[in-house]
Amino acid sequence: MDFVQNFPFISIILTLFSGPLCSVLNGKQARRVNTAVIVADGILSFLVLGYVTAAGQPFVYRMGHFSAPWGNEIRVGILEAFMAGFFCVIMLLCMLGGIREREVQIEEGKQNLYYVMVNLLLCSLLALIYTNDLFTAYVFVEINTISACGLIMIRQTGRTFEAATRYMIMSLLGSGLLLLGICYLYAVTGHLLMSNIREQVRVISATGQYHISLMVALGLMSVGLAIKSALYPFHAWLPDAYGYSTLSSSAILSSLVSKGYIFLLIKIFYRVIGFDVVWESKVVNVLFVFGIAGMIMGSLSAMKESNLRRMIAYSSVAQIGYIYMGLGLATEAGSVASIYHVLSHAATKSLLFVAASGLADASGGSDRFRDITGAGLRNKLAGIAFMAGSLSMVGMPMFSGFISKLFFAQAAVGHAHKMFPTFIALAISTILNAVYFMKTVIRIYTPMQKKEGVEGEAETGRAEGRSIPIWEQPVKSAALICFIVLNLMLGLNSDPLIRLIQSGIEMFD
Amino acid sequence: MNIEYLLENYEEAVAMILFGIGFSNLLLQKNLIKKIIGLNIMDTATYLFLALKGYIAGRKAPVVVDGVQSVEAYINPIPSGLVLTGIVVSVSVTALMLSLTIRLYRRYHTLDLDEITTRLKKEGK
Repeated sequence: MDFVQNFPFISIILTLFSGPLCSVLNGKQARRVNTAVIVADGILSFLVLGYVTAAGQPFVYRMGHFSAPWGNEIRVGILEAFMAGFFCVIMLLCMLGGIREREVQIEEGKQNLYYVMVNLLLCSLLALIYTNDLFTAYVFVEINTISACGLIMIRQTGRTFEAATRYMIMSLLGSGLLLLGICYLYAVTGHLLMSNIREQVRVISATGQYHISLMVALGLMSVGLAIKSALYPFHAWLPDAYGYSTLSSSAILSSLVSKGYIFLLIKIFYRVIGFDVVWESKVVNVLFVFGIAGMIMGSLSAMKESNLRRMIAYSSVAQIGYIYMGLGLATEAGSVASIYHVLSHAATKSLLFVAASGLADASGGSDRFRDITGAGLRNKLAGIAFMAGSLSMVGMPMFSGFISKLFFAQAAVGHAHKMFPTFIALAISTILNAVYFMKTVIRIYTPMQKKEGVEGEAETGRAEGRSIPIWEQPVKSAALICFIVLNLMLGLNSDPLIRLIQSGIEMFD
Repeated sequence: MNIEYLLENYEEAVAMILFGIGFSNLLLQKNLIKKIIGLNIMDTATYLFLALKGYIAGRKAPVVVDGVQSVEAYINPIPSGLVLTGIVVSVSVTALMLSLTIRLYRRYHTLDLDEITTRLKKEGK
């Protein structure tokens, strides 16, 4: 066994132990430990990626050297290693981007607790990506939920408590269904390791036995994870949670937490049930319909919002809809498009959140639409970043959003029943995206009019704007620039990335 | 559908009914404490289902007393282990939910989540 094969386990255990460590340090030390751990995890993940790519096949790491049906396993292919590394990069940028907000919004003396949560969140994300055991996945799903709840409520206002409560309720419903689905699958197959379940499912589906039980298990797990990742009708908690928590939290929640669940669902589709069984089932059609509903309804709700961050949050609902629509197409091309969109959305949404906070900084801390007029002129870098993010969301060529829309459309071509619904939904959703994002971009580049004489009623309570040069918050500016570069890289170098995703999916089997 | 199947596996049926009761309570109740009770019923129903799946009639719990007996002497220990893990998870999320409830109650003096939401909207922040 090569030493590199230990790295996935080391990265999980490193984050797991650095969590409690942060609880005894002060805020500043905890922040340093957190940054170091994220960087270390990222490096380890990319080393593993290099190793797996060179080896050309996935490897299995047995925990405690107990062999297959009894022991717990980690299984790493190209896609898992890449996802882990990518998540670490996004998380690092989110944490850097929100440094100042955290200092202001989190109570003195509780700063270190935030890093405990972030470390545990990263640990659970890595474990969700790497694990080969369904029940371990369930346990880490719960750790993920608890730490995400902590991220929401660390900024202590009534809104965040209410949002955290709603988030917990929805998540617990989802994990209850997921657990029940896992129990069903265990009862039918007698295994908990993904590879072993897959073998048994092959046998079962060949004989046609237990077909209904298998479908029930698949349905329960899909719906459970869909609820947890805020698919359209289950998104009620999302705008408040993303809109009022501290900046790093909303960026991490929108770009990573929901994506962890989606990645687990993709793994369940490919590695546990097997795509041939999944694609023949009706479950994918349900996901497809709700995905399309989410794409349109999420954008419509976003248009009605008068608060910038809540608008971005509703746009997340639409983007999650895209991902589920891709999975619902039930083709390999659809899954590839979905996984690409997971990456693209993670990079774009966190960029938008950080840019939105930059715009709010230039408008006296308010992110209501009437206050951010002209904010792009006052904080130039945030304005450019917001415009880049918006263009990516709308689907401008050169940006990642364009590529994912293109792949969704290509995946749908030739599909008997789902081609036209997909095209229509993509077209409507693109127009709606363009309407509300371009409206915002135009607003932030419209100079604020100086009213003379009579002060209207609407004028009272308007926040005072001020211009912010790039060097005032160097860390946030650096994070924004990195985000823009990341987006352009995803958009311009899509071919190797798509090949990587395809070979990763082949390694799933 | 054959009703005999249902009667034959009445334990599983009970577990599923309990799960439904817990699930709908967690989803539909307005009172936060009742929601938490629903959560616990839901989780316990899952553990009941899991424990049933590991039980083999006429066998003992897999605890070694007078040396290890043959494999046929014990029930399947894995579901019991899973139930234990599940209980730990459910205890921690219950504690978290209760602490959130206390926070909300101290701030708004009500346990009704919808009322809290309307009040927040009225505050307009």
